[in-house]
Amino acid sequence: MTAAPAPIIRVEHLFKRFGALEVLRDVSLTVARSEVLCVIGPSGSGKSTLLRAIAFLEPYSTGRIYIEDTLLGFVEQNGKLVPDRPRNIDRTRRHLGMVFQQFNLWPHMTTLRNVSEALVLVKRIARGAAEETARTMLAKVGLADKADTYPSRLSGGQQQRVAIARALAMEPQVLLFDEPTSSLDPELVGEVLQVMKQLAAEGMTMIVVTHEMGFAAEVADRVLFMDAGAIVEHGPANQLFRTPHSERLKQFLQTWKERNLIGL
Amino acid sequence: MSFDPSLYIQYGPALLNGFLYTVLSLALANPLAILVGLVIALLQSLSLPPLRWACRSYIHFIRGTPLLIQLFLLYYCGPTVGVRLDALTAGVLGLGANGGAYFAEIFRAGFESIPKGQVEAARMLGLTPWQVLTRVKLPQMLVLITPPSVNQVIIIVKETAILSILTVPELTKAAIRMVGETSAIIEPYVALAAAFWLLVEATSRLGRRLERRVARHL
Repeated sequence: MTAAPAPIIRVEHLFKRFGALEVLRDVSLTVARSEVLCVIGPSGSGKSTLLRAIAFLEPYSTGRIYIEDTLLGFVEQNGKLVPDRPRNIDRTRRHLGMVFQQFNLWPHMTTLRNVSEALVLVKRIARGAAEETARTMLAKVGLADKADTYPSRLSGGQQQRVAIARALAMEPQVLLFDEPTSSLDPELVGEVLQVMKQLAAEGMTMIVVTHEMGFAAEVADRVLFMDAGAIVEHGPANQLFRTPHSERLKQFLQTWKERNLIGL
Repeated sequence: MSFDPSLYIQYGPALLNGFLYTVLSLALANPLAILVGLVIALLQSLSLPPLRWACRSYIHFIRGTPLLIQLFLLYYCGPTVGVRLDALTAGVLGLGANGGAYFAEIFRAGFESIPKGQVEAARMLGLTPWQVLTRVKLPQMLVLITPPSVNQVIIIVKETAILSILTVPELTKAAIRMVGETSAIIEPYVALAAAFWLLVEATSRLGRRLERRVARHL
């Protein structure tokens, strides 16, 4: 037996408080290379906050997050956590790419510019080469013909695919998805999930906060169910969906099934 | 009372000289006001309570007192605290400091109009705060802030007339002097009004071109 490879992401005893409110309570998890982890749970369960903490868009209160074995956002001094310098945070963050619920494309730039801008500004790649990479990425998400279009002329599904291309162009080790299909019309969800499935098949490491149970069941290596800021249950998708242990998860899945039956 | 155009030939050089001082004043005061406004708006957005408070106080002081009094304070009371400025410098600094407070409010509205998510996306891609400002925020803000900014520039253009009270030899001063020396009233003030109208018209034309330019992506 060989030792398990070191995880890309390690979260240890994470707490996040807004004043007296505990949004994350003692969350620990690891993500291995090429693993797809789906995080499900009711709204307000803290799943988006967890993802944003891993991206360090929300500084965490206590605990530790390691990205590729580097402590994220803080440095340890005499056993205490001191905020790290922004430059170091940026460097650690470079392993991560993020896709948001609201796409967050820059409306004043063409699609091509949206995807190539960070390559030029951050990676210092020449404009021409950066645009070439950007075209490759746009082709990958099926939008090669939309390079010169502004985001306002694209559908939500297309915008989200551009956002995925933009994140991919930076060659992150891990892609974080924060409810990537939640603000899409139902008929546009499929095209985004299709791109995500393709990425998973190619071995991209992904953490996906989602309400798409079908996607979780099909693509996730592991599913994590959160409620009230804590991980209630986690395991392989099959196990979690077929034989849930906790009452809370059973109830959550039941509600979801009922809603979908009505949908039929 | 008759209109005597020959006065313009006699006072042409004096009026032109005044006009150049007016142009100089507005050409210095406007960029200064925009710079002051941008700096205040940026400091305010840092969400450091003491800094915020200082910026708000500044804006409240400027908006709460007349420009003329602020200029008097700077020019006439300045020397008692060791700040000795010539009239033009005091005038330009005063207009810049005053206009800056108004620009700060325009820019603040601009900054607040950018969805937070766009900034987060930029930060996740590794853009520095400076790059976020110059590549993401400012270009988009321009659409929103250009019309009120053009308005503010026009106000400052016209406010340069007040510098005549500080003895800056700008156009208004030259016109008043012409009134004193010739007892003619219509000719000097018509020339004055026409010159300002010309400057404002030029400014608003430039403004409209700028508006079209910054809205290209919409």
